[in-house]
Amino acid sequence: MDFATAIQILDSAVRLMTPLLLACLAGLYSERSGVFDIGLEGKMLMAAFTSAAVAFVTGSPWLGLLAGIAGSMALSLIHGLASITFMGNQLISGVAINFLASGMTVLLGQKIFGLGGRTPSLTGGGRFGEITLPFADSLRNVPFIGPIYADLISGHTILVYVAFLCVPLTWWVLFRTRFGLRLRAVGENPASVDTAGVSVTRLRFAAIAICGILCGLAGAYLATGLSAGFVKEMTAGRGFIALAALIFAKWRPWNALFATFLFGLLEAIANRYPNLEIGPITIPSMFMNALPYILTVIILAGFVGRAIPPRAGGEPYVKER
Amino acid sequence: MDKMPKWADVILTPLISLFLAMAISALVILAIGESPWLALNTMVEGALGSSYGWGFTLYYTTNFVFTGLAVAVAYHASLFNIGGEGQAAMGGLGVALVLLYLPLPHWSIALPVAMIGAALFGAAWALIPAWLQAKRGSHIVITTIMFNFIAAATLNYVLVNILRPPGSMDPSSARFPEATHLPALTDMAAAIGIDWGRNTPVNISFFVAIAACLLVWLLIWRSRLGYEIRALGRSEPAAIYAGIKPVRIILVTMLISGGLAGMMAINNVMGEAERLLLNAVEGAGFIGIAVALMGRNHPVGVFLAALLFGFLYQGGGELALWTSIPRELIIVIQALVILFTGALDNMVRMPLERLFLSLRQRGDS
Repeated sequence: MDFATAIQILDSAVRLMTPLLLACLAGLYSERSGVFDIGLEGKMLMAAFTSAAVAFVTGSPWLGLLAGIAGSMALSLIHGLASITFMGNQLISGVAINFLASGMTVLLGQKIFGLGGRTPSLTGGGRFGEITLPFADSLRNVPFIGPIYADLISGHTILVYVAFLCVPLTWWVLFRTRFGLRLRAVGENPASVDTAGVSVTRLRFAAIAICGILCGLAGAYLATGLSAGFVKEMTAGRGFIALAALIFAKWRPWNALFATFLFGLLEAIANRYPNLEIGPITIPSMFMNALPYILTVIILAGFVGRAIPPRAGGEPYVKER
Repeated sequence: MDKMPKWADVILTPLISLFLAMAISALVILAIGESPWLALNTMVEGALGSSYGWGFTLYYTTNFVFTGLAVAVAYHASLFNIGGEGQAAMGGLGVALVLLYLPLPHWSIALPVAMIGAALFGAAWALIPAWLQAKRGSHIVITTIMFNFIAAATLNYVLVNILRPPGSMDPSSARFPEATHLPALTDMAAAIGIDWGRNTPVNISFFVAIAACLLVWLLIWRSRLGYEIRALGRSEPAAIYAGIKPVRIILVTMLISGGLAGMMAINNVMGEAERLLLNAVEGAGFIGIAVALMGRNHPVGVFLAALLFGFLYQGGGELALWTSIPRELIIVIQALVILFTGALDNMVRMPLERLFLSLRQRGDS
């Protein structure tokens, strides 16, 4: 494998990791506040549909992005209503949200566009364009650093850069602000937060809203950045890979960056080499596709480090009376 | 003292939840510009209006009974087995291996052997998440989700690289031997001179599913193991205090649960397709979650809920055929049923409890 191929694979990994990273950070906010979210997949799917539909109708990816956030947010609200207000089972609510998105997107898509659940392909201005960073073209010929800057770092859509910026931002919010401190506390010991006079309900709803926004970004990137339009079931399990990455990252923002990069890289390699030959062994692409899940199970098993979820995760908070 | 009479808890709450789910489904149909009444008529006519419709409805019901029981059994031990999809897929692999590689002369021998194969593979697929939950404390929901994907990848690999007959393009196994063909209900009806459900896939597995309901009832409420499962599900510290070993119960419960999910394969793989196809489960594992929630984890409830979903599935297919409503409507209905009977249960329950309390107070004074 030469240098140019390596750059291409890394470039593809960056594109593929972006929705994973956004969804992973979305899950991070939600789960750090003590609300398990296995509905990331559904929220992304809904956002992908609403963003593609609005981007097609208006011709503006930015309006599409807003619609994506709105679509994902609506599902977040249902999740909050079920798991916070009515103290229902968060896992069951997540399962329901995944199905709701999977059915509603096709139902609405068929009603509006009549293409069997697809949206029409977005052309030109309906998609997020690739941004060429300054001096990318003039630096291309510099050995080694040139191609890395021009082909790997430059030339992505705005949402890719937003996703990467979200990592330090999330770290800062979680570990350097009062909101972040309370958010982490409410995921570990909600009763103490309540005793301190801070509303558990409001904090958890805030976390779920942030989760909705980030899933909206992830879905919009899938439909209007990575591809050109919505296709039925286009998230294809990415929400679950993001969930796996979140566990892999032990619920930490910087680790999330590495975990999603690893999983994006695996997908990029599987796409490029359907049958990867390493010496005498041939690794089938199915194995590469399953590897994120296998790695997560190993991490969960605690053989390599220990993944400890927020202590109050999954428990609805009931105030003693 | 309970806040509500038992009948309100067991029958009234799920019925109200179901009604809410259906009402919102009707609104969804209205929103896409179709008539809910026409949709309902088409579904009832298509799924229950003829023996042909019933044949398909009962075929789907059989699938959902197995996956619903799988979720229900695990739920009694407070384990949420979301991996029915993967376990049923692996059960299919078990059935295929048994039928393709063992010389089985007659279906009456092939069926029990295939059941063992299906249950073993399904149980084996549930074993690792169970062990991780019991020994390492890894959350079973996450591990079973991961195992669904690993199962899909494994099956894909096995079908493409091992079981696919030479020269064939689609990723599916060879046909099973003719001798292992399961009697369809229509053949059984014809044998006693009744013309019922011609060309429908419902087969003898339907009776196996009913037997499974009975056995699960015996297991959960009439056996020592069932008592231990329920005790652990209610309170782990209390169960430990009573001398129940959580590790053992978690493992056994998940093996039974996975085995039940795997047994679905005798219906869809052995009874219907008669070869192993990619994605043979078609989401039945997930519908099991809705079925168990709707049926309150009781075998009778599971059977009725499976029948309801069998009706929805077959009716949904008819909708796509005769109206312009896509098949995906049933996924929305399924989502709403899970949402209202599962996650939003308290939304229905709390006002009802208040109502019954106030009725009782008025009765006392």
